Amino acid sequence: MLSRTADHLYWMSRYIERAESLARLVDAHYRMSLLPHDDATLAQSLQATMTALHMEDAYRERYEAIEPRAVFEFVSLDREYSGSIVSCLRAARENARAVRGSLTSELWETLNSTWLDARTLVSRSPHADIGTFVEWVKERSHLTRGVTIGTMLRDEAFHFTRIGTFLERADSTARILTAHQTDLRPGADAGSVPDPFVWSVLLRALSAFEVYRRVYRDVITPVKVAQLLILRDDMPRSLLRCCKEVYSNLRSVTNEHSAETERRAGEMHAMLHFTRMENILELGLPEFLGQFLGKVRDLGDRIAYDFLVPPAEA
Amino acid sequence: MGNKPFNEMYVGDGATRPHYRSYDHWLGEQPAERLAQKRAEADALFHRVGITFAVYGQEEGAERLIPFDIVPRVMPFEEWIRLEGGLKQRVRALNAFIHDIYHDQQILKAGVIPPEQVLCNSQYRPEMQGVDVPGGIYAHIAGIDIVRDDAGEFRVLEDNLRVPSGVSYMLENRKMMMRLFPELFSSHRVAPVDHYPDVLLDNLRSVAPTGVADPTVVLMTAGAHNSAYFEHAFLAQQMGIELVEGQDLFVRDEAVFMRTTQGPQRVDVIYRRIDDDFLDPLVFRPDSMLGVPGLLTAYRAGRITIANAIGTGVADDKSIYPYVPEMIRFYLGQSPIIGNVHTWMLRKKDDLAYVLAHLPELVVKEVHGAGGYGMLIGPASTKAEIEAFRQQIIATPERYIAQPTLALSTCPTFSGEGLAPRHIDLRPFVLSGRDVTIVPGGLTRVALREGSLVVNSSQGGGTKDTWVLEA
Repeated sequence: MLSRTADHLYWMSRYIERAESLARLVDAHYRMSLLPHDDATLAQSLQATMTALHMEDAYRERYEAIEPRAVFEFVSLDREYSGSIVSCLRAARENARAVRGSLTSELWETLNSTWLDARTLVSRSPHADIGTFVEWVKERSHLTRGVTIGTMLRDEAFHFTRIGTFLERADSTARILTAHQTDLRPGADAGSVPDPFVWSVLLRALSAFEVYRRVYRDVITPVKVAQLLILRDDMPRSLLRCCKEVYSNLRSVTNEHSAETERRAGEMHAMLHFTRMENILELGLPEFLGQFLGKVRDLGDRIAYDFLVPPAEA
Repeated sequence: MGNKPFNEMYVGDGATRPHYRSYDHWLGEQPAERLAQKRAEADALFHRVGITFAVYGQEEGAERLIPFDIVPRVMPFEEWIRLEGGLKQRVRALNAFIHDIYHDQQILKAGVIPPEQVLCNSQYRPEMQGVDVPGGIYAHIAGIDIVRDDAGEFRVLEDNLRVPSGVSYMLENRKMMMRLFPELFSSHRVAPVDHYPDVLLDNLRSVAPTGVADPTVVLMTAGAHNSAYFEHAFLAQQMGIELVEGQDLFVRDEAVFMRTTQGPQRVDVIYRRIDDDFLDPLVFRPDSMLGVPGLLTAYRAGRITIANAIGTGVADDKSIYPYVPEMIRFYLGQSPIIGNVHTWMLRKKDDLAYVLAHLPELVVKEVHGAGGYGMLIGPASTKAEIEAFRQQIIATPERYIAQPTLALSTCPTFSGEGLAPRHIDLRPFVLSGRDVTIVPGGLTRVALREGSLVVNSSQGGGTKDTWVLEA
């Protein structure tokens, strides 16, 4: 298929996944803001999240202080900010429109009506209820994914769409962990009492709250949370799962000069597959996540160079 | 305008024409609310599917719907057969003309058309002189604009031989009608049109460079911001071919390749939807970012087919239009089945004098204008507008032609106050390759404003489904 087409498909699915990740984060914080809570803890969590997502500077240009309502609206509805949920939905739709002929009509219509509805919701005054909006975004993302899997031929177009989804998700899970981690080191777990507020935000943002209970049947501890979100192969948003999907989809689109890219993807997968929590703690969780994000970026660049439209040409 | 326009549905005394009787009966039984609800449904569906066109000069990314009217334009079979014959004849002659112009120029030598009319035309491409194209076909896809005059006669208003558009609306309008009113299609034998993409692909494959067994066809677009982008994407998808932009193609050793995820892949036929000027920056406009450097070299070497061919504009120019009936006689030895609209060529002294004396009754068009711009509709203009136009004509008469103000036929159409007659035209799409083929009907365009004769979508025109009723 055309390199440019693959590029649009890849970014289309990255933007939809990004919109969903942001919606999950807003949703988790929004729910907490409705419960009796400590203002400072909520503000700190929002601050850490925006820092990890590189959103803080853009926010500070518009607002003085971290104020939950303002953050929610900024991240969700700000059409002027290119990183907001509504801008991601627009970017997903623009990418889809550029290659609408390579999508099934169901998929194109789903993305198109998502954007048309989002535009209506955002321009409505007063703004839609944030909780309702992010819930709707999650549903649209679920729908988009379902339509993708349910209607697309398993060809290159499908694989590049999936590569975009899982690379973005790996990036997002690692960033959310970065924002909410405590500085985990060997032995740190034993006596520490985790802040239930922070950990439940984290778990809810990754659809992992119920999963945690089911898997561990135990109180929430930081090391187990990290283990669930990094090393569990059966956890759909874990780093291991995402890397496994990226690797297998990449192998389906292999070409003459992509060997090194595949090797690196395979290496990331193998490392997560065979490592143990102890090894990660020895390195330190922040260092581990920092290195991981670097590798995700490298892989993204290499994929663009081998298959898509290299950034310099784009 | 004098005479009353021909009404497609009713005769003068209000009786329904035979081919519309069954539809009119059905229409009479529909409650107004149902029709209103169906019209709203059509709007919502067109938006969701994204059947839109970009509007130039508007906010970035502005997309509009072309208004769709739910009352079909219906044509009896015998009428279509005659029209079809006339269209095939005309396009055959036009292709013969273009081939002749870029080879021996017999028609000029025979004195049928003054040579300067052709050779000094900005649409004449000297680069094409002596170039052989597969099958001698230049206009693979032609959109011929047909109107019906007050006497009920079909006439050709304009030939579009460069990158005619609108066929996606013909297909989507039919799909929409079948979705909204399935019962109408079980009670009427409407000739199908949905095989158009298959016929088009087959046609494009049939004109591949000789020796290519399994040609790769691509559709070339200027990109997502082009006003007809929806149509480009739609046709590429329907034919199952790649939709490429100039940046996706490159030329190596006089062959054309596209950049794919699996490396370069050879391309044999380009169905291009961008103008000649933008095709190859090395030959035409050097500032074109849309084209492919070296494309013309590959073309002249016979390694790639471009459809439509480069240089077809020399045959659809308004200054050449008056000669088409002569071309039919010259190349085919036949008399034209469908006539032209009478045309005064203002570079001729007598014609100029007549037109200047009758401006308030005539339509004056710029020879190179398109899309309904740069024209004067005498009866609809103020004295001041006419005088201003008169000065332009006197300054450069050769830039203009004039025609009588046609009372285009009308068809009942939904307006603000319910059904009212509105002027329509018809653009059938004629495909030339191994054979000449036309799917029955075409795109019916309608001027939605009362009394307006301008059907262009950029100026308030809408579209209708077009039915050819099989016997």
